[in-house]
Amino acid sequence: MKFTLKIWRQKNAEDKGGMVTYQVDTVSPDSSFFEMLDQLNQQLISKGEDPVAFDHDCREGICGTCSLYINGRPHGPLKGATTCQLHMRAFRDGETIYVEPWRCGAFPVVKDLIVDRSALDKIIQAGGYISVNSGGVPDANTIPVPKPNADSAFDAAACIGCGACVAACPNASPMLFVGAKISHLALLPQGRIEAERRVRQMVAAMDSLGFGFCSNTYACEAECPKEIKIANITRLNREFLAAKLAAEKEQTGGFAI
Amino acid sequence: MINLNAKTPGVPLPEQWDAYKAGCKLVSPNNKRKLDIIVVGTGLAGASAAATLGQLGYNVKSFCYQDSPRRAHSIAAQGGINAAKNYQNDGDNVFRLFYDTIKGGDYRSRESNVYRLASISPEIIDLCVAQGVPFAREYGGLLANRSFGGAQVSRTFYARGQTGQQLLIGAYSAMSREIAAGTVKLYNRRDVLDIVLVDGKARGIIARNLVTGEVERHSAHAVVLATGGYGNVFYLSTNAMGSNVTPAWSAYKKGAAFANPCFTQIHPTCIPVHGEFQSKLTLMSESLRNDGRIWVPADKSDAELIRQKKLRPEQIHESKRDYYLERRYPAFGNLVPRDVASRAAKERCDAGFGVDSHGRAVYLDFSDAIERLGRAEISARYGNLFEMYERIVDDNPYRTPMMIYPAVHYTMGGLWVDYELMTTVPGLYSIGECNFSDHGANRLGASALMQGLADGYFILPYTISGYLSHEINTPPIPTTLPEFHLAARDVTDRLARLKKSGGKESVDHLHRKLGKVMWEYCGMSRNEQGLTKALGEIAELKAEFASGVKIPGGLKEYNPELEKALRVEDFIELGSLMVRDALHRNESCGGHFREEYQTPDHEALRNDDEFTYVAAWEHQGDAAPEMHREELHFDTVKLTQRSYK
Repeated sequence: MKFTLKIWRQKNAEDKGGMVTYQVDTVSPDSSFFEMLDQLNQQLISKGEDPVAFDHDCREGICGTCSLYINGRPHGPLKGATTCQLHMRAFRDGETIYVEPWRCGAFPVVKDLIVDRSALDKIIQAGGYISVNSGGVPDANTIPVPKPNADSAFDAAACIGCGACVAACPNASPMLFVGAKISHLALLPQGRIEAERRVRQMVAAMDSLGFGFCSNTYACEAECPKEIKIANITRLNREFLAAKLAAEKEQTGGFAI
Repeated sequence: MINLNAKTPGVPLPEQWDAYKAGCKLVSPNNKRKLDIIVVGTGLAGASAAATLGQLGYNVKSFCYQDSPRRAHSIAAQGGINAAKNYQNDGDNVFRLFYDTIKGGDYRSRESNVYRLASISPEIIDLCVAQGVPFAREYGGLLANRSFGGAQVSRTFYARGQTGQQLLIGAYSAMSREIAAGTVKLYNRRDVLDIVLVDGKARGIIARNLVTGEVERHSAHAVVLATGGYGNVFYLSTNAMGSNVTPAWSAYKKGAAFANPCFTQIHPTCIPVHGEFQSKLTLMSESLRNDGRIWVPADKSDAELIRQKKLRPEQIHESKRDYYLERRYPAFGNLVPRDVASRAAKERCDAGFGVDSHGRAVYLDFSDAIERLGRAEISARYGNLFEMYERIVDDNPYRTPMMIYPAVHYTMGGLWVDYELMTTVPGLYSIGECNFSDHGANRLGASALMQGLADGYFILPYTISGYLSHEINTPPIPTTLPEFHLAARDVTDRLARLKKSGGKESVDHLHRKLGKVMWEYCGMSRNEQGLTKALGEIAELKAEFASGVKIPGGLKEYNPELEKALRVEDFIELGSLMVRDALHRNESCGGHFREEYQTPDHEALRNDDEFTYVAAWEHQGDAAPEMHREELHFDTVKLTQRSYK
């Protein structure tokens, strides 16, 4: 297969950047999107040009390292797949493909197609955990967990932290990412203990890191490579409201206002 | 001269760890605050160690090459984690897990370390559940288990096909809590390029900031390497693209012995290679072998028709199928250990029964299981794996059997460590896949996650305190010491040399060549002639690399080609050591199969009289490395010919 690629090139965070056009020929339809980019880079290297920098690591859809807007969509045209799980058979022979980095103020470009997503780590650091130390915990079967809760917690915990939800959102909101973590832990008895504190702290961190707010466009759900459900945002809102009311109740001596 | 004293406590096996802990020196909380520890790598071992050491109050500096610690390659582990919980009441206990691991490893691991691992395993599950890891559960709300290769009990805990991801998120979350608390400082997007020794002790590292290209010095009272395995020496493997041996190789060059480098695990169930530009291989979890049945056509003519796409597997009648694992190993059937299953697949394909267009694949068939359990149940168990397969191969495994072939997956070899997980360099520790300790010549499925977390959460935090108790009067190590200066200069020189070398070929080109040599001569089966040839070819590759590789871009910027060049340069040297090790071990054991040494029915034939030892290699500069032996003593387990028949 042959493709015309229009790729965003940007030397570093300060550079203005712009689209550059490339051609790749003799691409196997069984090649992954990254193997096609590898092929392009080998061409560039042999000509002594700087290869296109992009984030990738496991190349099996689980590490969350890869990103890319492909033809204007996070992780490209396939539903429920990361860029590394996208194969060239998903495109037409001769097609022009546009490749850009995530566009979001909270994810500054590092180089070319690579962005800095450490803001997501900072949200987790604000409370995306259960505060237990290694050791001194009860036997794993001491607290039964209803299977539906465990399954729903797993579904939320399947988030790979790639940032596609932020990239898809017109407001660059990470509500799906935050909602998934809140849900994962709030659905388990072990996580309930500090649920109120967690949701307050994570939402505060999210607000302070330059992300936007959710306006229910559902774009995040549509583009999430792990098909995390929008219901997690609903649960986040409910948990947040409950935590806020509880905090006010405490302040006013037991009366909710 | 290297001292291979394993420091195994001199009490009976079941009492060793308790005895060790009782006698281990501690560091008081006010002194912990004054001690710095560097942890390299944030996979299960590294993240769990960083989190726990942070909780204890040490100053931890954590390094990873990824943009976030949550992306370390432990995340890709699919099937599960073993623990001797006996929740299924099927006769499991610590001794049985210990025994299965020793036997699965073909009697080439250290009894004391393996017993400790088995005895700690239940605690890991308790901790992970407390952290909120959403393991699979039964309707009664209690934890579910499944079976894995090499065991006749059901002791594997799992979270669908994403157990590694969920465990890593648990460890990453625990570490994130410590980052917020200020006890762990994270340095992401860093490649660790050298280990700094001061007065013979590990005191720091030299790292390259991958974004700015700056060469940085970091110091500590002890250094922990949790940098994973070196399967990428084969170019194609199930490892992540960035997985590398560089920090461990730097340690080797600074005097840490490298043990059993040739012990490589070739995983039997991976998606077959499709073509020349392929960059990596994808694993299909071993758990699939619980319900999937492996077969090839019984008639060569059918196999030929399938290869030409003139026949479909569904059209082959039951009586014309060869379920070769069930035929050869009736007791374990499709659940034989990985090395056995891989060799059996290779044997069938070599004999002309392979089923993809290259003749390098066998079928993994779920039709019986779907009939027995229903599609919904199979989907609940393996749904994500089936999807993954369909995405890559463009074929639906609910309808057509999967095609699978063995691929490089895990390396049992690694830095030699004693009972305390310390390498032969004082103050330098190695945990997780990075060390050699627990899996002998073959690792059982679902044991890597167990080992990574046992090392990081429960073993290293104890053993390192014994070492650090002697360091409480050592002030912070200044990075202005001449040793840091020299190491930083060496790294800077190396970077400049690589950048300047300016050859015709790209790094990938040479890496691919290296991979072919390793796969051909040091892969699933090895022989003296091939290995000798490989030594020569690797030496040529080394010379070719030294004469120049093409690296565009600058030193002081984000430069992935430069990163790759550093890694591949080390892989070439490592490849040579692996071949040397494979060549010297004149026996077959576990994943190391020397064609000259096999039983009449083609099983691995060990030579216990001569090779019941760990081969620990010591770097000797430009001269050939020197091999040292740690004799293995089996006081509890009796050495027998492994049989899964």
